[in-house]
Amino acid sequence: MADQKGSMTSADALANYKIEEINTDLLLVGGGMAGCGAAFEVKKWAPKDMKITLVEKAAIERSGAVAMGLSAINTYLGDNTPEDYVKMVANDLMGIVREDLIYDVGRHVDTSVQLFEKFGLPIFKEDEEDTRTIEEGARPLRAGKWQIMIHGESYKVLVAEAARKALGEENIYERVFITRLLMDEKHENRIAGAIGFSLRDAKIYIFKAKAVIMACGGTVNVFRPRSQAEGMGRTWYAIWNAGSTYAMGYGAGAEMTTMENRFVPNRFKDGYGPVGAWFTLFKSRVLNAHGEDYMQKWGDMLKDYPPYGLAHVPATCLWNHTMLKDWLEGNGPFYMNTSGAMKQLFETLPEKRKKSLEADAWEDFLDMTVAQAGLWAAMDIDPQETNSEVMPTEPYFLGSHAGACGMWVSGPADISPKEWHWGYNRMTTVNGLFTGGDGVGASGHKFSSGSYTEGRIAAKAAVRFILDDSGYAPTVHTDNKTLAEEIYGPMITFEKFKDYSTEPNVNPNYIKPRLYLFRLNKLMDEYVAGTSTFYRTSEASLLRGLDLLNRLKADAPKLAAANLHELMRAWENYHRSVVGELHLRHVLFV
Amino acid sequence: MPSFVITEKCDGCKGRDKTACQYICPNDLMVLNKDVMKAYNQEPDQCWECYSCVKICPQSAIEVRAYQDFAPLGSSVIPMRGSDSIMWTIKYRNGKLKRFKFPIRTTPEGGIDPYHGMPEVSGGDLKSELLCTEAGKTLAVPQK
Ligand SMILES: Cc1cc2nc3c(=O)[nH]c(=O)nc-3n(C[C@H](O)[C@H](O)[C@H](O)COP(=O)(O)OP(=O)(O)OC[C@H]3O[C@@H](n4cnc5c(N)ncnc54)[C@H](O)[C@@H]3O)c2cc1C
Ligand code: SF4
Ligand code: SF4
Repeated sequence: MADQKGSMTSADALANYKIEEINTDLLLVGGGMAGCGAAFEVKKWAPKDMKITLVEKAAIERSGAVAMGLSAINTYLGDNTPEDYVKMVANDLMGIVREDLIYDVGRHVDTSVQLFEKFGLPIFKEDEEDTRTIEEGARPLRAGKWQIMIHGESYKVLVAEAARKALGEENIYERVFITRLLMDEKHENRIAGAIGFSLRDAKIYIFKAKAVIMACGGTVNVFRPRSQAEGMGRTWYAIWNAGSTYAMGYGAGAEMTTMENRFVPNRFKDGYGPVGAWFTLFKSRVLNAHGEDYMQKWGDMLKDYPPYGLAHVPATCLWNHTMLKDWLEGNGPFYMNTSGAMKQLFETLPEKRKKSLEADAWEDFLDMTVAQAGLWAAMDIDPQETNSEVMPTEPYFLGSHAGACGMWVSGPADISPKEWHWGYNRMTTVNGLFTGGDGVGASGHKFSSGSYTEGRIAAKAAVRFILDDSGYAPTVHTDNKTLAEEIYGPMITFEKFKDYSTEPNVNPNYIKPRLYLFRLNKLMDEYVAGTSTFYRTSEASLLRGLDLLNRLKADAPKLAAANLHELMRAWENYHRSVVGELHLRHVLFV
Repeated sequence: MPSFVITEKCDGCKGRDKTACQYICPNDLMVLNKDVMKAYNQEPDQCWECYSCVKICPQSAIEVRAYQDFAPLGSSVIPMRGSDSIMWTIKYRNGKLKRFKFPIRTTPEGGIDPYHGMPEVSGGDLKSELLCTEAGKTLAVPQK
């Protein structure tokens, strides 16, 4: 840590910082799939003089969960109806969903996929010779009932390019981390903007806005990851999404929903590579150490959860449930039967398809989890010959994949029940604060295309919100210097105390972000059903966990950062601890 | 597998307007040590192995070494990303090689015209639930 020659040191930043105040109409926080969708849509509805600003902590070409790329678009309806889609999502999340929001995604999402193809995303076609676009009538190649296959290495690059062109370079602030939303001081429960800091320069940003679309993705590393050394970076969920959406939304007073929901995907062990295509495309199964199909073996357990366990495709969490049962009976490890599946496919497939099958299998990793390809190479695994271990991951929080965390939002006027819409689609319970993608709760299975779509929906509604209240100007009284001191707090603490001990990382006056994270990880893991207890907890455990979490959060004002990079870690990890508390309290139901 | 920079190959992006790896890393890991004008990964255990830095480095100076807490030594996965396709070379620990080439985009880099073929101002009904690409369509509503 001492020789961080690249990131600006706290001493330099504190000595030289400037405060920039930006007045805008609509502020987009987070340039991921939802943020880029909003950027695209908004320009078509906003009057020419409406100012739209995007702020993002990374570079939008490679930011968010799609930074590496994807090998499939998981939500494309095609011949399915929105009703079917609602049914599938509701079943997978065992009924605790907002059907109005899911339906809304379902009826719009295909137009977003058509846009991606226009931007230049190569989409596999059912008929390889078909040169038409899907909008012109070509049928995409399905990897499953809802998924279509893409050459998606540059998916995010394309979506970002379109967003950049739409908004204009001068309206995009990258490498600016947002720490908190600003509330209006004259109007109760009204958003007024957001504050943050540059990761590159000694600069504090105060954005004043009439409406905000916040879409900072989900949360990783609230729970202790299974790998504890270098491999700690190889979480399944994008390591850089730190729960800012939930922490800042909650901080602004937005009502949260289904934060008890945790996503624990079953993935190839350690590399956390995708398994979906192995199930749906290659018709493979996961077997226990004795070659038994645990799903069949414990099939009766599913009957305890009607109708979700009895559906044609039982809810994902129930699959996990049967696997954990088999595991606790001593029948692990578990393996994806890749060799069996390949053998079977090779018997039936024509020669040409065999060749592409191997490439498809590898592309699935190379487009979105290169590490898994690396692990297979390191372990000399050829899927035709050797089966690969599968294992449930540590828990994550997200609202757009097969999870449902997020904020409670208004639905569309034409289909939502009265009490579920209050004027503006995807607006939270805070006036002027909108969200999309992982930010919208109780409506999972949107994935990349649905999140983009939801950003688009929110953008249009936000324009109307701003125009409907055209006389409004944000009022934020707190003086800028006080805000700057809040944001730079961890750097000020570091500078004040760093010379007290000879090793700045061990100092009784403060806690470094890394240790704050480890403390959070440990308590969440041990008391709130992490991997070390095999995802089990009790009321007593949760209460003990809450006590420890409160003590951790009490130490948050003593977070210390030696440079701008560490300052970001301090804020990220603080956001994570807020998400940890939200989860814990929702599970506890208090 | 954290990324690492090969000392000999990195030129610190001297002749360019920005340090490419530092510009792109989604987790703000790559930094330039200005004393020696070489980049390095400042927090290897927070590296997702997304390969964004590897793909963008103009010197091909960045590679990835398998996370040593679970992967044996000796393999490599190396991409060459062009303007319309990407080529992957996978080297197994036992020496076996695999090569794959995939398309990445069908439009030229920087060539996207997001609103191509759409009217200049849609001027549609802000109150309706229709998105800008859905002008004139009738939206589905749930069948009771
Ligand atoms: C491993 C993995 C595999 C997936 N596979 C598929 C798939 O095959 N098919 C599919 O369709 N979908 C897939 N998904 C789902 C898809 O990636 C998400 O649904 C989608 O990215 C969610 O969009 P979002 O805008 O809500 O979040 P993101 O796209 O993650 O964007 C969040 C943005 O907010 C920024 N940000 C975060 N915090 C801050 C802050 N404090 N200040 C400023 N900016 C901030 C981030 O840098 C990022 O740009 C996958 C997701 C993961 C993690
Ligand atoms: S992009 Fe490559 S050449 Fe440029 S600084 Fe980074 S490692 Fe060095
Ligand atoms: S591989 Fe990805 S996360 Fe790791 S340093 Fe490179 S860009 Fe950053």
